[in-house]
Amino acid sequence: MAKKERGAPEINASSMADIAFLLLVFFLVTTTIDVERGIAVKLPEWSNEPPEEINLKQRNVFSVLVNAQNQLLVRGELAKIEELRDRAKEFIMNPSANPELSEAPNQAIISLKNDRGTSYETYIEVYNELKAAYNELWDEETMRIYGVHYSEDLPKDKKDKIKAKIPFVLSEAEPTAFGEEAK
Amino acid sequence: MSKFNKKRGKATPAISTASLPDIVFILLFFFMVITKLRETDLKVDVQVPQATELEKLEQKSLIHYIYIGRPYERFQAIYGTAPRIQLDDSFATIADIPLFVENHKQTVQPNLRGRINTSLRVDGKITMGIVQDVKTQLRKIGQLKVNYAARRRAENR
Repeated sequence: MAKKERGAPEINASSMADIAFLLLVFFLVTTTIDVERGIAVKLPEWSNEPPEEINLKQRNVFSVLVNAQNQLLVRGELAKIEELRDRAKEFIMNPSANPELSEAPNQAIISLKNDRGTSYETYIEVYNELKAAYNELWDEETMRIYGVHYSEDLPKDKKDKIKAKIPFVLSEAEPTAFGEEAK
Repeated sequence: MSKFNKKRGKATPAISTASLPDIVFILLFFFMVITKLRETDLKVDVQVPQATELEKLEQKSLIHYIYIGRPYERFQAIYGTAPRIQLDDSFATIADIPLFVENHKQTVQPNLRGRINTSLRVDGKITMGIVQDVKTQLRKIGQLKVNYAARRRAENR
């Protein structure tokens, strides 16, 4: 009997689960599982020289202006954000060979200009619509050629092929200072 | 002996809970690994706008955040109500961005530096002026990969 008592007594581990549960609950509560998402943009490189003048045909440029009142001017006329996507798609692909719209998808250029007073929300909405137009076109094109939807998992060579056919060209002009907020 | 056996057969054996801590620990580790504790204390009000054409941001270690928004009420006495930039834990100006980006770059392995992304967490209600200045500054220092943080919007058309 005396011999037995000398051995180290076993630690009661039944409360281990409780401790673990407590920690678990803590991490459960503090965890935010939402993945960071956003609209990916590649900014143009900075150069100190003024950009060289390129003469573009009027028909190949799809100009979008967003003013400080968050109104939209598409190719010189007032437009709504809701119609922007379809108009951009029609402009890029030009299925009816309209002489007013782009010559070919790889010639099309979208020019976006905003004021400093434009709200960020509107800007993102417009940018989103233009990007959506391209995404839908890419999707339609991959569907037509490969019979699958366009996605990030598509093999790179196929993706590059589609993007060479319909390149995403969005040029952003330096904004005008209208509607700048007082500092 | 047979009597003994009968007795045993009748009673439902207690389920052993000895492995319960292990199961809980596995869950615990899972949550510990995926948890990202909010390390920055926001001083500006940022409600990112909604959009549909979103892309996932890869590895967290390759991202740095620039917050732009109006200061919270408790800071307005000092910093005013005009939109401000926040880097890490403090208010900053456009001029602080190069150092901030460079500091982050130093923590990233050289072969991965080309994949560094700037996440612009901008409040939807502010105007483009300050955002434009930040974009220009990022272009000047050659940090061209930018991501406009946004929430998912269900498409309803």
